[in-house]
Amino acid sequence: METINTTLLIIGGGPAGYVAGIRAGQLGIPTVLVEGAQPGGTCLNIGCIPSKALIHAADEYAKTVHYAAQTSPLGIRVDATSIDLEKTVAWKDGIVKRLTGGVGALLKKQGVRVIRGWARVLDGKTVEVQPHEGSGQEPVRIRCEHLLLASGSHAVELPFMPFGGPVISSTEALSLREVPRRMVVVGAGYIGLELGTAFRKLGSQVTVVEAAERILPAYDADLVKPVASSLERLGVDVRLATSVLGMEGERVKVRDASGVEAYLEADRVLVAVGRKPATTGWGLEHLMLDMNGRAVKVDEQCRTSMRNVWAIGDLTGEPMLAHRAMAQGEMVAEIIAGKRRWFHPAAIPAVCYTDPEIVVAGMSPSEAAEAGIDAISASFPFSANGRAMTIESTDGFVRVVARKDNHLILGWQAVGVGVAELAAGFTQSIELGAQLEDVARTIHAHPTLGEAVQEAALRALGHALHI
Amino acid sequence: MGIHVIKMPDLGEGIAEVEVVAWHVQPGDTVREDQVLADVMTDKATVEIPSPVAGTITSLGGAIGQSLAVGAELIRLEVAGAGNISADKARKEPVQSGAATAPAEEVAEPQLEAVAAHASAAPAPAQAPAAAPVKPAPAKSAPARATSGAQLRADGEKPLAPPAVRQRAWDLGVELQFVPGSGPAGRITHADLDAHVAGRRGGAAGGAMDERYAEQHGEHATQIIGLRRKIAEKMQEAKRNIPHFTYVEEVDVTELEALRLQLNARYGKERGKLTLLPLLMRAVVLALRSYPMMSARYDDEANTLTTYDAAHIGIAAQTESGLMVPVVRHAESRDPWSSAAEIARLAEAARSGKATRDELTGSTITITSLGALGGIVTTPVINRPEVAIVGVNRIVDRPVIRDGAMVARKMMNLSSSFDHRVIDGMVAAQFVQSIRGYLEFPATLFVE
Repeated sequence: METINTTLLIIGGGPAGYVAGIRAGQLGIPTVLVEGAQPGGTCLNIGCIPSKALIHAADEYAKTVHYAAQTSPLGIRVDATSIDLEKTVAWKDGIVKRLTGGVGALLKKQGVRVIRGWARVLDGKTVEVQPHEGSGQEPVRIRCEHLLLASGSHAVELPFMPFGGPVISSTEALSLREVPRRMVVVGAGYIGLELGTAFRKLGSQVTVVEAAERILPAYDADLVKPVASSLERLGVDVRLATSVLGMEGERVKVRDASGVEAYLEADRVLVAVGRKPATTGWGLEHLMLDMNGRAVKVDEQCRTSMRNVWAIGDLTGEPMLAHRAMAQGEMVAEIIAGKRRWFHPAAIPAVCYTDPEIVVAGMSPSEAAEAGIDAISASFPFSANGRAMTIESTDGFVRVVARKDNHLILGWQAVGVGVAELAAGFTQSIELGAQLEDVARTIHAHPTLGEAVQEAALRALGHALHI
Repeated sequence: MGIHVIKMPDLGEGIAEVEVVAWHVQPGDTVREDQVLADVMTDKATVEIPSPVAGTITSLGGAIGQSLAVGAELIRLEVAGAGNISADKARKEPVQSGAATAPAEEVAEPQLEAVAAHASAAPAPAQAPAAAPVKPAPAKSAPARATSGAQLRADGEKPLAPPAVRQRAWDLGVELQFVPGSGPAGRITHADLDAHVAGRRGGAAGGAMDERYAEQHGEHATQIIGLRRKIAEKMQEAKRNIPHFTYVEEVDVTELEALRLQLNARYGKERGKLTLLPLLMRAVVLALRSYPMMSARYDDEANTLTTYDAAHIGIAAQTESGLMVPVVRHAESRDPWSSAAEIARLAEAARSGKATRDELTGSTITITSLGALGGIVTTPVINRPEVAIVGVNRIVDRPVIRDGAMVARKMMNLSSSFDHRVIDGMVAAQFVQSIRGYLEFPATLFVE
């Protein structure tokens, strides 16, 4: 068997692994990256990017339906409307292909050797790679000084309702060839709501079943309210405090809080109850690493309990976000190159591409209170923002949380159409240690949604101008 | 052109391994005949290896600090003519063949660094390797700024600094929690960081930044090689194998000092000045006549104690690279002036690294003295395989009761250690009392 020696070996070519590879290449570290599927990982292939493409297509289609119903105050009329989902999916696949190809090219440009196949860890310095069947390639053994684990995560399966047949995960939902007539979504977290909303807009009858008392349990009630009303307006049937019991034929059996059982007809059942670190099936257990629940335990430099074995991204647990994974990957490459780095972000932003979008960075008012900080918060509604009116979406608001004593900004939250793009400004202001006055005294362009950011800061200081 | 291989020479009885302590040449250098190529070290002697031929160095047999077996390839040269090895063999024999104790791959790197550190300085044979500096490079200098108004944050509160400042702090090895922030809301600015770094380097710093109490986080690794490693091994062996006991007695050296000053005033110019050491050596020589078991070497593996009629007295000497023990051979045959001259010669040879192997081995008893730094008590470590070591503490004026009256006397302690396996406490005490007797009645030093 051929043996390859390298300084850094990365297992997994998702956002964590490929960014680590690019940075390591830039720093001149001999690097090998092993990827079993396409580079880009969940994010590029079956997650962030394809889902956003599908959501965009659904939004565009929903507009035509709206115009066809002749209820639009814009005076636009459309006579007939239809969608060829197969073509939509092909368009989406084109974007994915362009991006994954781009990742491959970036790795190549930095001299990173990419080996296709499934890695199997033999020990903390040795990995064997089994090539895909029929590829005609021989298995190889790779020896390294540094082993970087970036195997990512999988969709969680319900034991009584395994994936297969009508029961699908988000991966399959993003590659459906036709719009299902009736779809049941299990789980009202961001993945379930993003895809449930998209399929509703594409014409499916969608029922969302959630065991908790409300949708998006990870976000505060004020933020979620505009999303809940939008779901209602769109005609999504949301069943809260309801548990799924299993499949019976083509029906999903559920039970509500009062114990009443019911059956939901479904052509497709999308199970979106979370993701878990991919820790099994590739020899990770041989390393006997310390774990943190289901995730690999790492310190603030992403070191595992074994020397020169590092872990980054979803494998290390929540928050399972691509941008966190990328930052970790970049950091580990720099540490291996001898730089002094720590993973100490002031804030990791998070976005839900629901309708309307939600974005958060830093602390919410209740989190600040729990941390024992005397904080103030203020919000500014999009109903008082000119730009919001011109795009027909005045639902939502921007909210800021700051320390009462020195006005240091602790967090931002926003809900509204297009607010995901506000994440950059939110996170920057927190990382830079901005005070309310810094944002309030910054001229924000008019007419933009961003004016609501400045107005929220002004309002927290007691002198908002436009409300 | 031929290949000439120089092998590690046999440097004396029972020596199987020799440590390379310095290379004076590098591959590619052209050397003349008799040019010194390397310094190697045996038990205690540092030996220069000259080139028997003229030629060009093609490879070195090991890194500094590496021990090579006697007969192993030390150096390989390309010479005019046939050389001393056939071309065929030259190909087959690996360059590293002799490195019987070739270090594992993982430690090879620091040793190579040590070579580099030496190569540039053309070091003296036993020079200590320079510790690799690991201090973070200081930032571009900036004048220390007045930091009045800057404050350290409350307990448990995280330092507030923009990402660029955080990254620079990491690069500088500065923990931001100790840097006061002068910006709004206690934000740490680049200027705050500059001021902190300037303060840490000894510049004027005021306010809460008190460098006298700053936490220090440097770690500086030094390769223990060469003489220092020999010392470490010798000390470890002595302490591991020998059950030491130390006996301390005070000696009134008032008379001895008076005599010494008189002798120096009278004979100093022609015979050289005496220190206390040659007089003590004479006292030891005389005491050994009654206690010959103290001039001995104990081979504890063969269970043989060899006592010597001669007194080969080792004198512990501090050199730049560490402790060495040159030996005054046949001290019993020398008068104090002869001993003094021999001590001076040997000390100089040891300090300059020119002491021969014979001058550094074969002692049967050792005297150790730190002179004015002698302290009041020491616990000397026996120079294995000897069985006794006499330590000299400093001389001080002390009040002493004599004939019911308090008088000032010059007092000095002797702290002596013995190998309790072969020396009993009573004998040791009698030996030291005998030395004391000679020192307190110094005329006997010249009579007996």
